[in-house]
This record gives sequence, C-alpha cells and structure tokens, in this order.
Amino acid sequence: MSIVVFTLIVLIGAFLAGFLGSLTGLGGGVIIIPLLTLGLGVDIHYAIGASIISVIATSTGSAAAYVKEGLTNMRIGMFLEIATTVGAILGAVIAVYLNAAYVAVIFGCILIFSSLMTLKKKVDHSTLEYTSKSAKFFKLNGSYPVKGVDTPYAVKNVAGGFFMMLFAGTLSGLLGIGSGALKVIAMDNIMRLPFKVSTTTSNFMMGVTAAASAVVYLHRGQIDPGIAMPVCIGVLIGATVGAKVLVKAKTDKLKIVFAVVVTILAVQMIYKGLSGGF
Amino acid sequence: MEQTKNITDRDIQSLVGNLLRVGVYLSMGIVIIGGLIYLFNHGNEKINYAHFDLDKVSLKTVAVIFSEVLTFKGAAVIQFGLLMLIFTPIARVLMAVVSFFIEKDYLYVLIGLIVFAIIMVSLSGGFAH
Repeated sequence: MSIVVFTLIVLIGAFLAGFLGSLTGLGGGVIIIPLLTLGLGVDIHYAIGASIISVIATSTGSAAAYVKEGLTNMRIGMFLEIATTVGAILGAVIAVYLNAAYVAVIFGCILIFSSLMTLKKKVDHSTLEYTSKSAKFFKLNGSYPVKGVDTPYAVKNVAGGFFMMLFAGTLSGLLGIGSGALKVIAMDNIMRLPFKVSTTTSNFMMGVTAAASAVVYLHRGQIDPGIAMPVCIGVLIGATVGAKVLVKAKTDKLKIVFAVVVTILAVQMIYKGLSGGF
Repeated sequence: MEQTKNITDRDIQSLVGNLLRVGVYLSMGIVIIGGLIYLFNHGNEKINYAHFDLDKVSLKTVAVIFSEVLTFKGAAVIQFGLLMLIFTPIARVLMAVVSFFIEKDYLYVLIGLIVFAIIMVSLSGGFAH
C-alpha cells in the first residue's frame, strides 16, 4: 500500500471513529484501535501509540469548552490526576513487557464493558451530605451551574475514587484509550458527583493522563508520525462534528446499534488475541 | 472574601480554557503542515506497519525531535506538532499551579507540582526501558 492511500484510508476511518465515539460517548480511542489492527493489519503497538495521541487531541479540545462553562471541578481533576498519571505510566510500562496478544484480549474485554456502560441508564447519585473529612480537607466539594443557578454538591469516598482512578489510569496507559467509562464510575458511583461535573472533569483529566503515558510511548518509538498524523487529525475532526450533531440528534437507538458493532469488534480482538494473531 | 475568590476561580477557568484551545489548534496546524510535506515527498513510497520494529524509529526523544524539526522533513515536523500537543495539557498543569499560587491555595500548588513532577520523570525517559 502506498503512503498516500494508507493515509487517506486511516484519515476516513479515524474520522468515523471520532464521530461515532463522540456520539455514543465511548471516545475515539476504543474504536480506532480495532480499526487499525483488524482492518488494516497495523501492529497493535503502533495503533496504541496513535490512539493515545488522538485521546489528547479530542479531550483537550472539548475540555477547553467545559472548563470555561464552569462545569469542570478543577480541584477534583488535579487531585485525581496524581492517581491517573501514576497509573498511566505504570500501564505504559507494563505494556512494554506484556505480550501483544494479552493486550488485545484485555482491550476486547474493556471494549465490551465500555459499550455496556453506554447503554446503562444513568442515575444521578449526587448528594448534599457533607460528611467526608478528606473531601473537606482537599476542598473538593463544589458547585456548578444548572440552568444558570449555582448548585452545590458534596463529594464522598475520596479514597475509593482515588484508587479507582489509579486503575483507570493504568488501563489508559496500557491500552492507549481515555478509559472515560471507568473514570465516570469512580466519580459518579463512588464519589457521588453530578453527571455533568463527572463527565467534564473526567474529560479534563484525560489529556494529562494520556500525556503521561504518551511520553513513555514516544520514548519507546510507538508514536509513528505516519500513523499518528492521520489518526489524530481524523479523530479530532470527527469528534468535533459528532459533538455538533449530538446536540440535535436522538442517540438512543444509535447507541444500541453501535454497542452491538463494538461488541463484535471486541470479540474479534479477543479471538485474534487468543488464537495468536497478534 | 467569597466574592473575590469566585472571580479568581472563574479567571483561572477562562485562562486554562484558552490555553487548551490555542494549544490544540497550534499543534494540529503543525501536524497538518508536516503531513503535507510528508505526503508530498514520500506519498508514493510503500509502507508496512504490520510489525513493530524498535530499530526503525528515530524520532523518539524530545532532544532529537527539536533538532530534526529544523530540517523541515515531514516526519520530523509531524512529530514536533505531536510533541506540542503532548505539552499542551502539561502546560495546563503548570498554569494551574501558578494560578493556585496567586490564589494562595498552597495545598493545590503542591498537588499540581506533584502531577507535574510525575510527568517530568516520565518525560526524562526513565520508564521507557
């Protein structure tokens, strides 16, 4: 395949990955990796390196808007970034020693889990019980605008959230994805933040988390300019268009269709991993 | 007291938001320019990414990327843009540290510095081998 053809195919694929990733809330990273490995036969090491770059591009782009709207809790973000960056570096280092087949199998499992999470109905767990001592110490309790009214919320179980973030960071570094699904679990279910705060704060942290593992991948030579270039351009444009469409479209049915497609991809990744295809 | 604190927090938010936006645009612009140079010079060559080859890659340290970008080779310019993209959220951490310092929130100055230190240790290449 010539470089021009390869670049064009990856650019289109990355656009679709970014578009669907933003419509469904899965993120572009989890889609671009199977696309590159299963679809184009790219070595999973290169796919992960390119994907982590696209995670930085999309999350940083959208974080810019959320931060300005005052939805992001920057203190929670910075505090939990200690956990996610340590995890991300740990994950990226583990990836160096782990067989590519195992990486593919773990990736498939996380993919299935993430797609199930997008189907689950979201329940708001937010609370006003200011009981957590560590939340008070770290000044994590905050407020966010709901229809223009400043609405306060309390944060619970800081230690539990911190450890879940360590895990989320490790998977992000290991697989080259944003692991938004796990980050949101840590903040929604464990720390009891309101949705809008947890999703936007998760997004805010993703860039730093991905940057921490991206530097490990860079030194390893896994970030190849020929692949990372079309991947990050395509995913970023796709995600931007997706975010615009999302405001208008009803995505419930699309989510189901997409969850099925993603699960098929995931099963293929696992099968190929187990049968020694990587 | 509460009022001034709020204003400062909002100021930080808008500053950080702008930094992130400019960082992404700028680095993606560089990547696109690098991509065009790369395609123009190498577009018809064949490539094969089926096997990860450690020896094939050369643009993998900050020092090498900074010196190679001046040759204006496509791959080096792309890699430089990607590096700027990686630096954007890291710069955000530093900017937040400075903002928290102005706000006299020293606990968060410390937390920000810890995050920054973790990334810097990683950037020095200590974990890659």
